[in-house]
Amino acid sequence: MSGGTTTATRAEYCVVACAEAWRAAGEVLAAPMGTVPTIGARLAKLTFSPELLLTDGEALLVGDVPAVGARAQVVEGWLPYRQHLALVATGRRHVMMGASQLDRHGNQNISCIGEWARPKRQLLGVRGAPVNTLNNPTSYWVPRHSPRVFVERVDMVCGVGFDRAAAAGPSATRFHRVPDVITDLGVFDFETPDRTMRLRSLHPGVTVEQVARATGFALTLPDDVPRTREPTSAELRLIREVVDPAALRDREVPAA
Amino acid sequence: MSDKTMTAEEVAGRLRSGMTIGIGGWGSRRKPMALVRALLRSDVTDLTVVSYGGPDVGLLAAAGKIRKLVAAFATLDSIPLEPHFGAARQHAAFEMMELDEAMVMWGLTAAAQRLPFMPVRAGLASDVMRVNPSLRTVTSPYADREELVAVPALRLDAALVHLNRADVQGNAQYLGPDPYFDDLFCEAADAAYVSCERIVETADLRGDSCPQSLLVKRAFVNGVVEAPNGAHFTSCAPDHDRDEAFQRAYAKAARDPDAWRAFGERFLSGDEGAYRAAVAAFHAEEA
Repeated sequence: MSGGTTTATRAEYCVVACAEAWRAAGEVLAAPMGTVPTIGARLAKLTFSPELLLTDGEALLVGDVPAVGARAQVVEGWLPYRQHLALVATGRRHVMMGASQLDRHGNQNISCIGEWARPKRQLLGVRGAPVNTLNNPTSYWVPRHSPRVFVERVDMVCGVGFDRAAAAGPSATRFHRVPDVITDLGVFDFETPDRTMRLRSLHPGVTVEQVARATGFALTLPDDVPRTREPTSAELRLIREVVDPAALRDREVPAA
Repeated sequence: MSDKTMTAEEVAGRLRSGMTIGIGGWGSRRKPMALVRALLRSDVTDLTVVSYGGPDVGLLAAAGKIRKLVAAFATLDSIPLEPHFGAARQHAAFEMMELDEAMVMWGLTAAAQRLPFMPVRAGLASDVMRVNPSLRTVTSPYADREELVAVPALRLDAALVHLNRADVQGNAQYLGPDPYFDDLFCEAADAAYVSCERIVETADLRGDSCPQSLLVKRAFVNGVVEAPNGAHFTSCAPDHDRDEAFQRAYAKAARDPDAWRAFGERFLSGDEGAYRAAVAAFHAEEA
């Protein structure tokens, strides 16, 4: 919980891991989807990436860093949907999307489950995943790491993974990058020779076996897996008192 | 000066079965719901609908009026999944051209600019190409020789949009933070119909607002409908917020055929006046 303890919760490790995705991102729009990435982006702006741009979730760029759910006091710019979609193609953005399915190459699905022509379950639709993945860095946040999400093959490629981009040629690979996948169990990337998913760090209390069991494909597992870095006391204070005083993060990632 | 005012019924009367209709707004935000409700009351069907989808898509799908949907999503925003859209897709009730959000924007732009297509990177390598076998790529004629997706022009027979203010000639103004793509829908259409919260004198349009708020130009507008609360239950900032309680009731009813029949009887069986009265009664009950 968000009391005076200095022991970070799982959710707080996830927040810091998400924030790290925007370290050294430069003067770009941080576009988080989901509660924990939203807290993470704001934490990054308040600490090591002050040059990030953030929106109010609608059409305004905010100049201050309000708590999640609170109204911004400072407006620094205007970003209606038409400009947001055009901004993607400029590359000045790093988005963190959700994923209903994700495969070892980083292909992501949020559209539907089952055969596209008559899906077993219709989800959101492709939304902006195709334009995002081909134009600006796209990371993913998965609050419940499970074999239903991490699958051998996604049913509909919305966000493009490394294998599909390579097969499509230089126009697809030119600006394609999937830097991070962050889940409630750990942090993953594609820094392998064949650009398949690798376990980069484990959150505290999580074992390699647990991650392997919760993943529907064979992950690259380094011999010596590091631990996700611990939030600093200053970061914990910012998370608990400034960015997320209502502890909304605990709803997305309940205490392990 | 031509007076283009008409009723929502007259707008529906201008539409024909089989047409391609673009609907403005985004998700559950500033949707021309009064016009959509008039369309529901008409015999017009077999439509191709282009939309950043919300309950407009849901209602038309539930009424079986959609032959083909061109969209990147359909959502109620505060409720992520549009239930009628989901059910219709799961029954393969209509054909779908599922495009990326940016592809829809550039397809409408091509249509407005009278171009056959716009080159975009979006879509390459994704299954948007697989599920839309008619999509083609184009190779840059310049030294880079890049191969890009040629998003086809999404030309519309008619556009339906809802704005905050308009004059009788069809100059229309948005007062909220986001114009969405309403001007683009109008420019991409052979005929465009604007509903608004309030019709005002041209001289009063500007008011205290900046000139950029004058979004839709009369040269692209064929009909103007005064429809107070005409985006209900979607949002129309700053005139009215989304009616979340009513949207929850809509979504709940949409998940059950019997409940949906009852919802239709109660809210959608009469004209716009009857709708408003039924919504008022709903809120009196909720209070």
